[in-house]
Amino acid sequence: MPHPNPTTPSPAPRRATLASALALPALLLAGLPARADWSLLNMPVGVTPVSREVYDLHMLILWICTIIAVATFGAMAYALVAFRKSKGAVADTNMTHSTAAEIIWTVIPVVILVFMAFQAAPALIRIEDTRNSEMTIKITGYQWKWEYEYLNEGVSLFSSLAADSNAARRKNAGIDPRSVENYLLEVDEPLVVPAGVKIRYLITANDVLHAWWVPDFAVKRDAIPGYVNEGWFQVDEPGIYRGQCAELCGKDHGFMPVVVKVVPKAEFDAWLAARKAPAAVAAAN
Amino acid sequence: MSTATTHGHAHDHHDDHHGPAKGLMRWVTTTNHKDIGTLYLVFALVMLFVGGAMALIIRLELFQPGLQFVNPDFFNQMTTMHALIMVFGMIMPAFVGFANWMIPMMIGAPDMALPRLNNWSFWILPFASGILVSTLFMDGGGPAGGWTLYPPLVLQTGNAFPFAIFAVHLLGMSSIMGAINIIVTIMNMRAPGMTLLKMPLFVWTWLITAYLLIGAMPVLAGGVTMLLTDQFFGTSFFSAAGGGDPVLFQHIFWFFGHPEVYIIILPAFGIVSQIIPTFSRKPLFGYDSMVYATASIGFLSYIVWAHHMFTVGMPLAGMMFFMLSTMLIAIPTGVKVFNWLSTMWRGSLTFETPMLFAIGFLFLFTIGGFSGLMLAITPADFQYHDTYFVVAHFHYVLVPGALFGALGGAYYWLPKWTGHMYDETLGKVHFWMSAIFVNVTFFPQHFLGLAGMPRRIPDYATQFADWNMVSSIGAFGFGFAQLLFVYVVIKCVRGGKPATAEVWDNPEGLEWTVPSPAPYHTFDEAPVIK
Repeated sequence: MPHPNPTTPSPAPRRATLASALALPALLLAGLPARADWSLLNMPVGVTPVSREVYDLHMLILWICTIIAVATFGAMAYALVAFRKSKGAVADTNMTHSTAAEIIWTVIPVVILVFMAFQAAPALIRIEDTRNSEMTIKITGYQWKWEYEYLNEGVSLFSSLAADSNAARRKNAGIDPRSVENYLLEVDEPLVVPAGVKIRYLITANDVLHAWWVPDFAVKRDAIPGYVNEGWFQVDEPGIYRGQCAELCGKDHGFMPVVVKVVPKAEFDAWLAARKAPAAVAAAN
Repeated sequence: MSTATTHGHAHDHHDDHHGPAKGLMRWVTTTNHKDIGTLYLVFALVMLFVGGAMALIIRLELFQPGLQFVNPDFFNQMTTMHALIMVFGMIMPAFVGFANWMIPMMIGAPDMALPRLNNWSFWILPFASGILVSTLFMDGGGPAGGWTLYPPLVLQTGNAFPFAIFAVHLLGMSSIMGAINIIVTIMNMRAPGMTLLKMPLFVWTWLITAYLLIGAMPVLAGGVTMLLTDQFFGTSFFSAAGGGDPVLFQHIFWFFGHPEVYIIILPAFGIVSQIIPTFSRKPLFGYDSMVYATASIGFLSYIVWAHHMFTVGMPLAGMMFFMLSTMLIAIPTGVKVFNWLSTMWRGSLTFETPMLFAIGFLFLFTIGGFSGLMLAITPADFQYHDTYFVVAHFHYVLVPGALFGALGGAYYWLPKWTGHMYDETLGKVHFWMSAIFVNVTFFPQHFLGLAGMPRRIPDYATQFADWNMVSSIGAFGFGFAQLLFVYVVIKCVRGGKPATAEVWDNPEGLEWTVPSPAPYHTFDEAPVIK
C-alpha cells in the first residue's frame, strides 16, 4: 500500500521531482498539512515488472499533460493580461477563423496521441500475458472477506479485517484509529506467496462484485460472480504489501483489505508444507 | 411550418390577456417557455442544495479517520443519492431550464414547439425526485449500491428498489420529452433566415445534446427494467446462476452513461461559447469548427463506453479499441479549448461575473480533460480505476465544468430574465469563493487516489487523513459560497439597477434585441435574419 514497507527500496529521485511539481499548486491553493509526506502525492513505483511499467506510463502521460498545460494555460494567462479593455486593448473583430490554425491544433494532438498509443499498447500486451506462470492462486471475493486457494496444493484460507482495526472502525468506538497499527490495512491471515516467482491468479466472487487491488503490484481486477478473470504478478522483493477492495460491495466495502506477504521461496515451501500437514491429518480422520 | 402566419394568428387570439395568470395555478398550468424555464431553474437550484447537503454529509464523515457521524450503509446511500440527485435532479434540469428560456429567444421563435409537453416534462420532475428522496425513509434505506446501480449489489436494496427504478424511469421520461421538444423547436421554429449554421452555439450544443438524450436514455430505461424483472419476475438477465451476465448490465449502463457525460457538459460548452465572445468583444473564433467539434464529440461519446470497465476482464482487443477511441476525444475537445482561447486573443476583455465563470471553466475543465486523458491509458487506468483520482477527475469536469457553465449562464442572462442588474461585487465574491474552494476540495483528491485511496469508502487508512481533511474544508467552503449565489439571485429578482435591452457591451444574438425583462411573449412577429 502507499506507505512503502520497510523492505521496499526508497523511491527514485524523479518521483521526488514530480512530487514537488504536483505539490506546488496544492501549496498555493490549500496550504500544506503539517505532516506532509511526499510519497502520498503520487502513484507508488511498486515492486513488480508491471507496476514499474504502469508507473512509467503514468509519469509519461502526466508530463505530456503538464507540458501541454503549461503552454495552453500560459497562452490563456497572456491573453488575460495583454488583451484587457482596461489597458486599452481594442478588439480585432476581423479575427474570426483560420483554417490553418484549426489544422495545426488538430494535427499536433493527433501526433501526441499516436505517440502515446505506441507507448501504451505494447505495455498492455505485456501486462495481459499470463503465460509461463509457475503457480496459480484462486481468489474469491465474499461480503466481506477474501478467500485464497493454492490450486493443486489443497490449501486455502480466508482473510478478513484484523480484530483491532475491526474494533476501532465501529461508529464512536472510542479508539483512536491512529493508535491502531496499519488501521484498516491489516488482516487476520495474509496471502503468502514466494518471491521471484511468476504467480497467476484467477479471480471470481461468490455474491456481489469485488475488486482485488494491491497498488504496489499495479493489479486491479474485478471479482465477478460467474466469471473467472485472470492476471499475474511477480514480486522479487520479500515484504508485506497492502491494498483494499476497489469495487463497491456493500456496507463493509471499506473494511476488506488485501494483505500479501511475500517470502523467500524456501520459507514459502515450508509454510505451505505446514499448512498442508493439518489438512492431511484432518483428511485422514 | 410557416412560423410567421401561425403566430400572427395566435397573436390576434390572445390580444386581450397578454400577461400570465396569477397565483399558484400560473405555475401549475403554464405552457409559457419562460415560466417553465424558471420552474426548471428554481427546481435545479433547490436540488443543488439537496444533493449538496448529501455531499457535505459524505465530507463530514471523511473529515477524519474513524466513523463519527454515520454508519457505512447510510454513507453508501449518501454517495448513491448524491450522484443520482446531482445528475438527474440538478444539472440536467438546470440546462433544460436554460434551453427553455433561451432557445426560443435565440432563434426568434415565440415559444417552444410543444408547450403542453413542456409543462408535463417539468412537472414529472418534482414527483420523480420526491420518490427518489423518499426512498431514504423506507425499510432498508435508499439505494446504496452506487449511482451505477451495478447488479448483483443493487438487488440487495430493500423496499426502496422498485421506487428508485421507477424514479429513474420518470426522470428519463422527462428528459426524453424535453429533448423531443428542443429538437422540434430548433428544426421548425427558427425565424426566416436563421439557417442552421447561423444559430448561436448554445442552440447547436443543445441540438446535439437532445439527440444524445434520445439515443441514451431509453438504453438506461431498458437496463433498469431488466433489473426490475430480475428482482421480481424471475428473469436472469444479470444473474450468472441463471445463465445471465452481470457484466452485461455494465455495458448497458455505460452505453447510456458515457453519452450522459456529454449530455451534461455540452450545454455548458454552449453557454461558455456565448459568454466569451461577448466579454472579448469579438465574434466566436472558428464557429464552424466549434459546431463540427461538438458533433464529433457527440458521435465519439457512443463508442467509448467500456473505458469505464477496463478492470472487468475484457479481451485485449476490446481494451485496445476503447483506449484508442477514448484518446480520440481529446482532439475535438482540444479544438474547442483552442477556439475559446483564440476568441479572447486580440480581444478587448472585461471581467464581469459571467466572464469570470467562463474563464474559470476554461482553466479547470481543461484540468479535468487532462486527467481524463490519463484515465484513457488502460495500463495506468488499472491503478486509477475506482480510486479518488477518478472522483477528482469527474468532479473537475462536472463542478468547475458543467456547474460553472450553468452559474456563468445564470449571471449572463439574469438581467434579461429579471430586468435588473445583479450585484456585481457579490457576484465576483461568489466566483472567487467558488473557484478557490472547488480546487481546495477536489485537487487533493488526485493525491489521495494516486496514493491508493479507493472511492466509496466511509473510512480510510490513517495516511490519507491530511488530504481528506483539506478536501472536507474545501467542500464546506464551496457549499456555503453557493448560499451567496441564492442571495444574489433573490436580490436581483427583487430589484436593482434597471437593465437595458442589450445589458452588455454590444452582445451578439436575438435575445438582446428584446427589452429586459423579456416580455411574457416575444417574437409574436418573427424577426428577419439577414
